[in-house]
Amino acid sequence: MRHVIQELAAQHSYQATQLLAILRAVQGRYHYIPAAAIEQLAELLNIPRTHIIGVVEFYSFFHLQPQGEYELLISDSITDQMLGKAELMAYLSERLQVPVGGVHADGVVSLDNTSCTGLCDQGPAGLVNGRALTRLDKAKIDQIADLISQRKPVAEWPAELFVVSDNIQKTALLLSQTVAPGAALQVVFSRGKAATLAALEQSGLRGRGGAGFKTAMKWRFCAEEADAVRYVVCNADEGEPGTFKDRVLLNRYAEQVFEGMTVCAALIGASQGFLYLRGEYLFLYEPLQAVLARRRVAGLLGNAILGQDFSFDISICLGAGAYICGEESALIESLEGKMGVPRNRPPYPVTHGYLGKPTVVNNVETFLAAAHIALNGGEGFASIGTDKSKGTKILSISGDCRRPGIYEYPFGTSVQTILNDCGADDVLGVQVGGPSGTFISAQELHRLLAFEDLATGGSFIIFNTRRNLLDIVNNFTHFFAHESCGFCTPCRVGTSLLKKQLDKIVSGHGSAGDVVALEELCQLVKNQSHCGLGQTAANPILTTLERFPEVYQSQLKKISYEPGFDLDAALETARRMANRNDPAAHLAQIEAEHD
Amino acid sequence: MTKTITLDGKAIPFADGQTIMQAATAAGVYIPHLCHHPEFTPHGSCKLCTVNVNGRNCSACTFPAAEGQDVLNNTQELNADRQKITQMLFVEGNHFCPSCEKTGNCQLQAVAYHLNMLDDHFPLFYPHRQMDASHPDVLIDHNRCIFCTLCVRASQQHDGKNVFAISGRGINKHLIVNAESGLLKDTDLAVTDKATHICPTGAIISKRTAYQVPIGQRVYDHQDIDAVSLATEQAHGE
Amino acid sequence: MANKIKIATTSLAGCFGCHMSFLDIDERIIQLAELVEFDRSPLTDIEHCGPCDVGLIEGGVCNSENVHTLREFRKQCKILVAVGACAINGGLPAMRNFIPLEECLAEAYLDGIGVENPQIPNDVELPLLLDKVRPIHEVVKIDYYLPGCPPSADVFWAFLTDLLAGREPKLDYGLVHYD
Repeated sequence: MRHVIQELAAQHSYQATQLLAILRAVQGRYHYIPAAAIEQLAELLNIPRTHIIGVVEFYSFFHLQPQGEYELLISDSITDQMLGKAELMAYLSERLQVPVGGVHADGVVSLDNTSCTGLCDQGPAGLVNGRALTRLDKAKIDQIADLISQRKPVAEWPAELFVVSDNIQKTALLLSQTVAPGAALQVVFSRGKAATLAALEQSGLRGRGGAGFKTAMKWRFCAEEADAVRYVVCNADEGEPGTFKDRVLLNRYAEQVFEGMTVCAALIGASQGFLYLRGEYLFLYEPLQAVLARRRVAGLLGNAILGQDFSFDISICLGAGAYICGEESALIESLEGKMGVPRNRPPYPVTHGYLGKPTVVNNVETFLAAAHIALNGGEGFASIGTDKSKGTKILSISGDCRRPGIYEYPFGTSVQTILNDCGADDVLGVQVGGPSGTFISAQELHRLLAFEDLATGGSFIIFNTRRNLLDIVNNFTHFFAHESCGFCTPCRVGTSLLKKQLDKIVSGHGSAGDVVALEELCQLVKNQSHCGLGQTAANPILTTLERFPEVYQSQLKKISYEPGFDLDAALETARRMANRNDPAAHLAQIEAEHD
Repeated sequence: MTKTITLDGKAIPFADGQTIMQAATAAGVYIPHLCHHPEFTPHGSCKLCTVNVNGRNCSACTFPAAEGQDVLNNTQELNADRQKITQMLFVEGNHFCPSCEKTGNCQLQAVAYHLNMLDDHFPLFYPHRQMDASHPDVLIDHNRCIFCTLCVRASQQHDGKNVFAISGRGINKHLIVNAESGLLKDTDLAVTDKATHICPTGAIISKRTAYQVPIGQRVYDHQDIDAVSLATEQAHGE
Repeated sequence: MANKIKIATTSLAGCFGCHMSFLDIDERIIQLAELVEFDRSPLTDIEHCGPCDVGLIEGGVCNSENVHTLREFRKQCKILVAVGACAINGGLPAMRNFIPLEECLAEAYLDGIGVENPQIPNDVELPLLLDKVRPIHEVVKIDYYLPGCPPSADVFWAFLTDLLAGREPKLDYGLVHYD
């Protein structure tokens, strides 16, 4: 092992910023991060071992304890749940003889849940040693179990297990007319940087990650910083459950995304860019590297791009299972080889980003649009959409509809129009913008896709009336508790408390005061948390509580108070050890009406 | 002309580069805090120092003071939230004050007293956490750690070492020490290090010193943390 | 006196230290006796609690009997008060929460040093232990909390005099202690 680690560290130039990449390789090879590897890396990278342990324990895909040679993870996203994930997981666990969250005694296979893998349009989905499995069913599970029992290397598994479809269902401005490699850059150089920035300004383009900051303004701020070193970062860590548009954009439109990044670099004066790709999209890594290589050959990356006095290149960094890294400052920390903990702001990344240097972080779709605008000017783009939301939005549609997939719409399109297009009826509600967004009811389908009405990073999950609202909210609330980075008190403790309090109500142990307590807790977590994760973690509860108070009320007991834990179960150990089962050895959950 | 911010309706001066916390401390206004210490880089994680700046909640310990800020600090609403955050810190760990050596000198407890916290409000987690008594002079009781990172920062920024770190994610966060064995005795921590004495709770304590001052005569037994904190932190600012 | 306030007190998984501290109000107890009457309490030996105005509960919930007693108090008392660290957060008895109950019982009755005739007591009259010691607010609704280990006599006095005077009870800085 010493030799392997030495080689790995050398390959990554002994840079601590490369820690995630190194650990991904170690995990891939040994299926855990051995203590000896940590010791050796600490020395080679000249960082404290505690730094490495911190990173290993932060990211879901790294383990201090050995996992199976086949690390199987099944997506626990609500859309996978709706496609029968629970039964499949039980079946898988039985077939492989390994408990969920455990490793088989022979060390061959481990099985666990994982957060949304971005394959909601073709679930139930999972990962085996990082590679995406789609459209799982019993037959495929049998096949997988057989492959594992034959100890067939994952690289030799049949390709049909790993088919990922693009599912592009509706195209508009951006997806129907792509930018030829280099075309936008040519225009930038002929038209000039100032004019390009002006076009971007005129287009009204706002960040597509959901927050909607004006792109031209961000780029201008960064360009105006005095520092000579600046960075461009593309945020492809789309972890919001229900979002998968970046997966498709990077599979089909990667040239244009890279072109957008290069345009940005030219405008702000950056020579290095990063694509931060979520670990779940490992299957895109090689194809994207190939695109980058092609662009280097074509003179669109590297030194003297298109013969100009402009050098720029892009590296791809893979994440390792942490939703929080979609938050831009956490993403930058992760790029630097650290735990993905959001920074204190100010300062903002645009002045103090990667390695403390001015950095533009934008969403994949933003760069795609920027390339389009650089080529075509801002006018056409601005003529589409609403007053405050220009252009189009690319949606990832999943859940209860006949045609899940990717849809591009002008801003200002109504939810009803979208539902008609994707074939959804009998709608209970739509989760717009993922768990951190808004749950709208069937009474609000006239609402519009727009920053000023329904802002969204692209997740659009449809639920029909046969779905149980509280199951949905419960899934989302557990997701946030799992993904909280733990930095600040209100989110670290609050998301766990939300989970407990909601579980109490959902499991039928709630009483009148419990919904009030739940709402109070929601407000606290929302108002006091450090970053967007905590500030939105209560949204699933708050937005449904507002619309469906009766669903919560119907769960409550008509008593003033009930314990949040199972009283009788709490006596089980003592009962067993004392070998008793008489009436006095039991407790009712709520007090009897009379003694 | 001195620049000012408005803090609870009163104009207080600030110098460029100062945080709201620094300006408030200099002006003799206490803002509750646990992870902040004037000698170290602010961390902004405990969220007790949340103040409302022009309608937006910000951490006073990290947020720069600027002209035109109308800051709310000592309001009923903020103090109610602070009390709940303190209760969160109590329930996520195991804080049994009667059996803790630090009682009476504990800042977590003192902030709770200051906020008139009478109960834990939330269900208790009773997490299983360990003690590390391996070091001859210093003890770690993980039950009492609130992840403020003051020991981490003190060790790095004052002691020139790297003894402590916070590891893990979410509710599984925990303090780790820099030794291959994972034990404090195998680190280069000395009892004289700043990191040994900086813990606001009883998570890191110096052995054989705990009962030199009897319970009932300790710092916060008769003095509110607002006065104690201002006195020590103002002295530091000068 | 018909309009005397009725108070009941009990200790669950506690040490009666809170009760002892209550008695430390010393001669003020005479003043108190003019205003209040004690129902079920270690001071009266009344076995079951009748309708009361105030119930003071010391100690946490460690076994099934504690649950029954606590419920009786909740039912009979208009105002239920958690008194002391154990009632509020489980206190010292809750330190067994970090050892599985199985191990606790085995150590005490089966394989601990000095155990003779090893067996787990199983008389039906004996209350069974809960797997964890719980604060009382996790089992019934609680109206007020008096922290301290124990709360000082002045805490009891301040709380009860506020209540008797019809004021919202309030503990000033010096009265709030957790140790």
